[in-house]
Amino acid sequence: MMRTTMLFAVGLAGCLLAHAATADDPTYARSLAATCFTCHGTDGRSVEGVPPSLAGQNRDYLLKQLQEFRDGKRPATIMHQHAKGYTDEQLALIAGYFAAVTPGRAAAAPAVR
Amino acid sequence: MTISRREFMKWASAGAGVTTLSGCATGSSGSAGRVAVVGGGYGGATAAKFVKMWAPDIDVTLIETNDYFVSCPISNLVLGGNAQMNQITFSYDGLRNRGIRVLKDTAIALDGVNKHVTLASGGSVPYDRVIVSPGVDFLFDQIPSLNTLDAQSRILHAWKAGPQTVALRKQLESMRDGGVYALQIPMAPYRCPPGPYERVCQVADYFKKAKPKSKILVLDSNPDLVSKKGLFLSAWNGLYKGMIEYRPNSEIADVDVKGMTLKLQFDDVKADVINVVPAQRAADFAVRSGLITANNRWCGVDWTTCESTAVKGVHVLGDSTLSAPAMPKSGSMANQHAKVCAAAVVALIKGQPVNTDAMMMNTCYSFVSGDSAMHVASVHRYDPAQKTLSPVKGSGGVSNEASAAEGAYAWGWARNIWAEALA
Repeated sequence: MMRTTMLFAVGLAGCLLAHAATADDPTYARSLAATCFTCHGTDGRSVEGVPPSLAGQNRDYLLKQLQEFRDGKRPATIMHQHAKGYTDEQLALIAGYFAAVTPGRAAAAPAVR
Repeated sequence: MTISRREFMKWASAGAGVTTLSGCATGSSGSAGRVAVVGGGYGGATAAKFVKMWAPDIDVTLIETNDYFVSCPISNLVLGGNAQMNQITFSYDGLRNRGIRVLKDTAIALDGVNKHVTLASGGSVPYDRVIVSPGVDFLFDQIPSLNTLDAQSRILHAWKAGPQTVALRKQLESMRDGGVYALQIPMAPYRCPPGPYERVCQVADYFKKAKPKSKILVLDSNPDLVSKKGLFLSAWNGLYKGMIEYRPNSEIADVDVKGMTLKLQFDDVKADVINVVPAQRAADFAVRSGLITANNRWCGVDWTTCESTAVKGVHVLGDSTLSAPAMPKSGSMANQHAKVCAAAVVALIKGQPVNTDAMMMNTCYSFVSGDSAMHVASVHRYDPAQKTLSPVKGSGGVSNEASAAEGAYAWGWARNIWAEALA
């Protein structure tokens, strides 16, 4: 009986975790930020700075830019379309992730010699 | 009622400990576990890098047939004479320098029960989890006369960048001014939805400069342009006015290689250069490994982990997957699959909770000339009710118009996504 109760409790907590595994889970912020790496470089370090590096940017500045892209207040070619895909909480986590990364540029993919 | 993550982990640690121990027991000494990756393209190379970056104590082996990575994105610019092969060809040394074992070998199939990948060389690679990103192979059997290697060397697809890209460029260079280049496009879904229409722009850009009397015939199996229709038509009717004829609903029946004639369902079409992009399915490795789940063509996955719905412990990425709604088969998507998968694989090996709120983003640029590009973008979020990724309402879209500014961003995208996979 004890065993059954424990299993049920673990299952229940597992469900809660699915929703709670966000703000206080560092890998959640990392996974959100990783969607940006494709264009802005791994960990936000852009190979040649176009589009700009996000690594080490001020958190509040980054968040404000993302919100202004989303709200159409800052002109963009593509960023307004991306920013609208994320909630306020997600944008804040993304800004926080990049602010915590040491700035720098990534190495380019190695050419064939 | 809420339980904090820390409380939960402490409370559940007795159970989690068992998983962690067994995870250690299966790995080699000092390693948290073994991950094998099949295929070093946009999906596989990126997944290998991110598993190693996020968990340096996991042993990662990447199995790839080719010596070099050759990028499909930007390869249309090589056809147009607006880029060179050495700009899209890269080595795997960056991954080797990260401590990833890169095996130049061909993976034949995987054994999901005994957990190893068999190799053409005769060896095998054992794994705790395997990531499969084999790309696509062509359904040549739908085009009877294309079933010989000789025919395939004359009627090119150039839909896998590499020697075929070089060969098609040579055919275009050898064509007489006033000739006809015909491109036959398969029914969607296929790799890179805007790719054929970008190719038309690139060939037109070349013809306009070098062979202005020449024509382009677009024979599309689909009832209309599959991607970025307005933006492509704007280029075709503007920059390349009078050069391009578009025929929808033009499915291929066969090709007369000697007579250089495309046989459509109701028509025969002669051309000087015939470029057929055959229909595709998940590559042979996926077939031999029992990973195909849909229409005899694609591999179904759980989009929170990219784990196969057919074989446990096997994760599938990229163009070979059964795409989620509105998700294109693109290098961008494969890159995003790879990072969701890498995070999940690390968590599963270490007995940590898996993120169930998966997000993915797509960005596809197409060049309409040597320097002007435009995009389509989308954002996708896992929907637990539908059990798939769905586009986020209100997000995504296309460019207002093609521009040189977006051309610069497209090259920036390319440099960064290449570094994501290989540096």
